[in-house]
Amino acid sequence: MAVNTVFCKPEAMTDAHTHYCPGCTHGVTHRLVAETLDELGIRERAVGVAPVGCSVLAYNYFNCDFLEAAHGRAPAFATGLKRSSPELTVFTYQGDGDLASIGTNEILHAANRGEKFTVIFINNAIYGMTGGQMAPTTLAGQVTTTSPSGRDVESAGWPIRIRELLATLRTPAYIARGSAHSPQWTIRTKQFVRKAFQYQESGTCFSLVEVLSTCPTNWGMSPTESMRWVEENMIPYYPLGELKTPDEEDASFARLTGGLEATPNGYAEKTRW
Amino acid sequence: MAKQLMKGNEAIGEAAIRAGATRYFAYPITPQTEVAEYLARRLPEVGGVFVQAESELGASNMIFGAASSGKRVFTSSSSPGISLMSEALSYITCAELPCVFINVCRAGPGLGGILPSQGDYFQATHASGHGDFHLIVLAPSTVQEAVEHMMTAFDLADRYRNPVMIFADGLIGQMMEPVDFEAVKSGEAVDHSSWATTGAKGRKPHIIKTLYLNPNDNEAHNVHLAEKYAGIRANEQRSELYGGLGSPELILTAFGTAARVCKTAIDVLNEQGVDIALFRPITIYPFPADALDKLSRKQHVKRLLSVEMNNGQMVEDVKLFTGNRKPIDFFGRQGGIVPSPEEVIERVRALLDGKKKPAKERPAEAK
Repeated sequence: MAVNTVFCKPEAMTDAHTHYCPGCTHGVTHRLVAETLDELGIRERAVGVAPVGCSVLAYNYFNCDFLEAAHGRAPAFATGLKRSSPELTVFTYQGDGDLASIGTNEILHAANRGEKFTVIFINNAIYGMTGGQMAPTTLAGQVTTTSPSGRDVESAGWPIRIRELLATLRTPAYIARGSAHSPQWTIRTKQFVRKAFQYQESGTCFSLVEVLSTCPTNWGMSPTESMRWVEENMIPYYPLGELKTPDEEDASFARLTGGLEATPNGYAEKTRW
Repeated sequence: MAKQLMKGNEAIGEAAIRAGATRYFAYPITPQTEVAEYLARRLPEVGGVFVQAESELGASNMIFGAASSGKRVFTSSSSPGISLMSEALSYITCAELPCVFINVCRAGPGLGGILPSQGDYFQATHASGHGDFHLIVLAPSTVQEAVEHMMTAFDLADRYRNPVMIFADGLIGQMMEPVDFEAVKSGEAVDHSSWATTGAKGRKPHIIKTLYLNPNDNEAHNVHLAEKYAGIRANEQRSELYGGLGSPELILTAFGTAARVCKTAIDVLNEQGVDIALFRPITIYPFPADALDKLSRKQHVKRLLSVEMNNGQMVEDVKLFTGNRKPIDFFGRQGGIVPSPEEVIERVRALLDGKKKPAKERPAEAK
């Protein structure tokens, strides 16, 4: 009897076992990117840039050319490579410590120059690899090893919303936030990732997809509890959806001035920003 | 081709284009900004790429990404900017990517000043960033030589897959001199397809990384790099011996702009029958140890004097590589001040008159 393959590993992923903790959504997001590379037929000219952080070893898991960047500098690496070889498809894969803390200057200016590469930004509200320290994205009151009494917004400030921050830039871009905490949102996030790469492929604009992610190990929760924590605590502060597309380049500005609704699919934005 | 009068910074930019390097990423800083200004205008004419980066951190890390393409890439900066680039220099050297960095050195430490200096000698030759690594460092003393060094630099970078630094200073960058771009030609770009990240079409992925979590792997990589530096030390030492009347008793050691000043002083003194000569390192890494060692062993050489635009940095290499077998003195100006030939002549005469003791150690009444 013939056996039909109904599900398999994307060609853009290697056979390596990942080092990610049980319940961490890095693996899911890796797969979304790899599936996209396969579907768009761009694996053979794709070059990824790994960050410093939990996904520093991403180059072992993707079956395409890869650079491993200095902490926070992946957008600068990607700028240099894409500008030198515009025929390549270049993407960075960065966590929140890497992109939203040490690398804010690099990501802000890459976005503002409209660099034609794609950023996958993993936001799990904590430093994972170094063992659970406060990130720029750590929620108010969230306990970490360097905010043992919970993040005090009086001294540490409020968590940075990268999607909203970058969407204020006048330069056209595609900027969206998805999440890997549920099957529905994983599917939706895949659409965001695919669109992001398509905008790069057509030479249209810079693209960034923020993905809310889990960190059961450093949050001190079970994988199931972590998924619920994303839904109940992160999404209200980090609303999901596309915030900026190149087709409506001034929309983000309109939103900032209260002109447009920015919360698709039922996740109401509770905080006025 | 006829010589043309050009400012050092602009000539450096033009030389890079003639060497086939058309990818340039930089951030403005005095006294090297004209490199960026010139290339912002010139590179589009030759189909090149210029990106004004958000910072020297950004520029130097763009160089990592750009060099990963295997194409000829370069950046330029000045001392405080080079400090910011030290992160990328460590990563790039570890990843063995060919590229060229230009330091138009100004006076430090801190924000310092914008005038010429050689205060970054230690940094360029010994401490360009964290970890065990070396750059190849060329130190031009004229605008023409800066142009020739640019051509050579890309060849060396390709050959050794290592960053090469041009150590100029504010004087080389800012002054105008006649330049002949045809005097030296850069070799053809090397085929880097065996490692460059050009897309994994029909081959296994190329990974450019600096992470070696396994200490044995990390040590093996360090040993590999050390062997490469040993090869560089064995094959790439460059120096010039200038002046003298046959058996100089005093050897000046100086590089870059300080060496130019010394040449003037030597011309005057040789004319007056004083037999002294200049040993000028052209590579400051690798330091031209073999030639200086040989020279310092000669009977007629009684002492050495290192003239620098800093507080005494290269003099430590002079002592190290001559085994301190002859008395070695130092004379330097700092803060952006270029020593005058008269000051050098005065110091030489004091040394030769005092003979047994260096001038700085003579008792006050003898001065």
